[in-house]
Amino acid sequence: MYDKLWLIPFFPLLGAIINGLLGKKIKNEKVIGAIGTLAIASSFVVSCTYFFQLLGDSEKVHQQVLGSWMTVGKLQVDWGFLFDPLSAVMLLVVTGVGSLIHLYSIGYMHGEEGFYRFFSYLNLFCFSMLMLVLGNNALVMFVGWEGVGLCSYLLIGYYFHKKSAGDAAKKAFVVNRIGDFGFLLGLFILFWTLGSEHGIWTVNFVEIAEHGHLLGAGSVVVTAITLLFFLGATGKSAQLPLYTWLPDAMEGPTPVSALIHAATMVTAGVYMIGRMNGLFAMAPSTMMVIAIVGAATALFAASIGFAQNDIKRVLAYSTVSQLGFMFMAMGVGAFTAGIFHLMTHAFFKACLFLGSGSVIHAMHHALHHGHLHDDPQDMRNMGGLRKHMPITHATFGISCLAISGIPFFSGFFSKDEILWWTFASTRGSMFVWGAGAIAAGMTAFYMFRCLYMTFYGEQRTHAKAKDHVHESPFVITLPLMVLAGLATVGGLIGIPHVIDVAHVGNKFTEFLAPVFQQTQQLHQIEAHGAASTEIALMVLSVLIALVGISAATVMYLKKPELPGKFTAAFKGLHQVVFNKWYVDELYDALFVNPTKRLGTFLWKGFDVIVVDGIVNGIGSIVNLLSRGLRYTQSGLLHNYALTMVLGMIGIVAFYVLQ
Amino acid sequence: MIISVHHYLVLSAILFSLGTVGVLTRRNAIVIFMSIELMLNAVNLSFIALSRHLGNMDGQVFVFFVMTVAAAEAAVGLALMIAFFRNRQSVDVDDINLLKW
Repeated sequence: MYDKLWLIPFFPLLGAIINGLLGKKIKNEKVIGAIGTLAIASSFVVSCTYFFQLLGDSEKVHQQVLGSWMTVGKLQVDWGFLFDPLSAVMLLVVTGVGSLIHLYSIGYMHGEEGFYRFFSYLNLFCFSMLMLVLGNNALVMFVGWEGVGLCSYLLIGYYFHKKSAGDAAKKAFVVNRIGDFGFLLGLFILFWTLGSEHGIWTVNFVEIAEHGHLLGAGSVVVTAITLLFFLGATGKSAQLPLYTWLPDAMEGPTPVSALIHAATMVTAGVYMIGRMNGLFAMAPSTMMVIAIVGAATALFAASIGFAQNDIKRVLAYSTVSQLGFMFMAMGVGAFTAGIFHLMTHAFFKACLFLGSGSVIHAMHHALHHGHLHDDPQDMRNMGGLRKHMPITHATFGISCLAISGIPFFSGFFSKDEILWWTFASTRGSMFVWGAGAIAAGMTAFYMFRCLYMTFYGEQRTHAKAKDHVHESPFVITLPLMVLAGLATVGGLIGIPHVIDVAHVGNKFTEFLAPVFQQTQQLHQIEAHGAASTEIALMVLSVLIALVGISAATVMYLKKPELPGKFTAAFKGLHQVVFNKWYVDELYDALFVNPTKRLGTFLWKGFDVIVVDGIVNGIGSIVNLLSRGLRYTQSGLLHNYALTMVLGMIGIVAFYVLQ
Repeated sequence: MIISVHHYLVLSAILFSLGTVGVLTRRNAIVIFMSIELMLNAVNLSFIALSRHLGNMDGQVFVFFVMTVAAAEAAVGLALMIAFFRNRQSVDVDDINLLKW
């Protein structure tokens, strides 16, 4: 039975409470780190146990209700959990990658002020994420959805004494609010339409899936609902037009970037669409919008990745781009492929981020040793680090191969499945495929650019710091190696049919079939095409990746003077790309500054003059009126007594004379 | 001469006026206090006189109430005066003039 599901989010919550309340007293970093890591590792163990139980179970959808949350009219909302193949995959990713990143953080955050605070937030994040993933209704999911947003805010602003970190945290929070607003509106419309028109008052996912068809496939209301939900997803998962917060979120410590802004939280939007696949499949227009937005984001973010020099920013734009791939998959109905890419991306992107963290850690110490103030994240200060950091280099390299889609690494399988579906799906299109293929080539290029600039070529670090770059400790390299291993073999559970020579079958698709197959059959979403076409496309996408890698090799390894010439030749274009297409400036001009001006007007124009004017005016009028009257308060006892006597005489006289 | 109720009432009015004038003119708080007692007792006198005249005991009951209140007032009033005297070395009401505009 599955009656201990509540343990999965409970452990991180417990860890967050212990570290949050007692961490300041515990002080010992090892104890704090152990509490945080053990909390999430325990969740991982429980998740694994239930995962294997689910594998051998014929019944694939399980719900556990802990108790009633609220009963409003005919609506009953429970604190309930839903355990099915989709949430099982997400649980394994969140707790598995989460455990590794917690372990890594012990080494990375060593000596930081507020060590306990970091682990408390990190555990709280895991709790929220697990609530998001496990919730059996949209409201519990929303609790997690907001919780991860809060933890993201807290962790981006972890170095709150830095203004840039505080600003980035605020930006992330505000931009996410826009998305959350869409999520809520979508939920309200869904709830109200199902309830008032069809008498089904529910927010439970299983019931929504069961009765969703009542809304009518292709109807306006279902399109509106799904579009609003997708707006929520664009906020949380950093898609156009709400992606701008994610690159800034790199102000947080690197493990945070790896856990929240690469592996787990930002994939919540993809998960949400997967969770409500039935609704989305009913709205082909929304699906088209999702595919187009995904493709555009993949291309757009990849282009920005070309010109960034901060190692973490390159990875951030790469994450935005890869999330675009996942949305492309969701948009063409390749739900399984999207979730598959979510999983493999969690492995290799977490590994890349942790690898960059290892590099930054080493650079920071080396620069600190040389009393230099160079930027430890700037790749222009790196180069040739592979001699000093062999393990980090190897794991980073493997992950680069995986993300580029080199055959038999995990990214190859997931990315190819997505590209095949965009090409061959009944909801797919050549244009989406084309955009995806080009984005894949660009990904290969900028990832290898990043790899070469960091680990190869001549070391550009300042002479004083040059020889003080050292490999990170074991607690940091161990998670790197595990994740690199997963990034290598993680794709083998989803081998596509055409190259499945050993006939092991596509385990991943089989496993997720109970969640997605019914929807896909109902709405005739399928990828159909000849096996030869599929193989041809596969070869083509590998070739595109190789072209990207070769271009990077030529430009950044063989002829390091070439990039400089390119920048000089296309100075204008480079400026635009380097400045991220001026999107931040555009948003500032269109939304931020007008809002600020409105706020300033309401403050100085309305609040100070009108509101304060009324309040102060009333005070002044009363003061003026009472100025003469107050002299009756003379302080002389006899005056008061006389007044009283005269008053009494007056009253008596009134009655007597009447 | 038969002493009728009118005589009592006139005496009561005279005593009351004396008390009032005392309250309004004297500065010594204790004297003011005594004047107030005089006013109270003037009222008591008219109560009793009318009670007897009308053959109704209500007035007498009221007098008891007034005396009780006067006793309590004496206790509180004297305590206030002692406290005030300790502060100012005076019981002159002209010195009690802080509460004004």
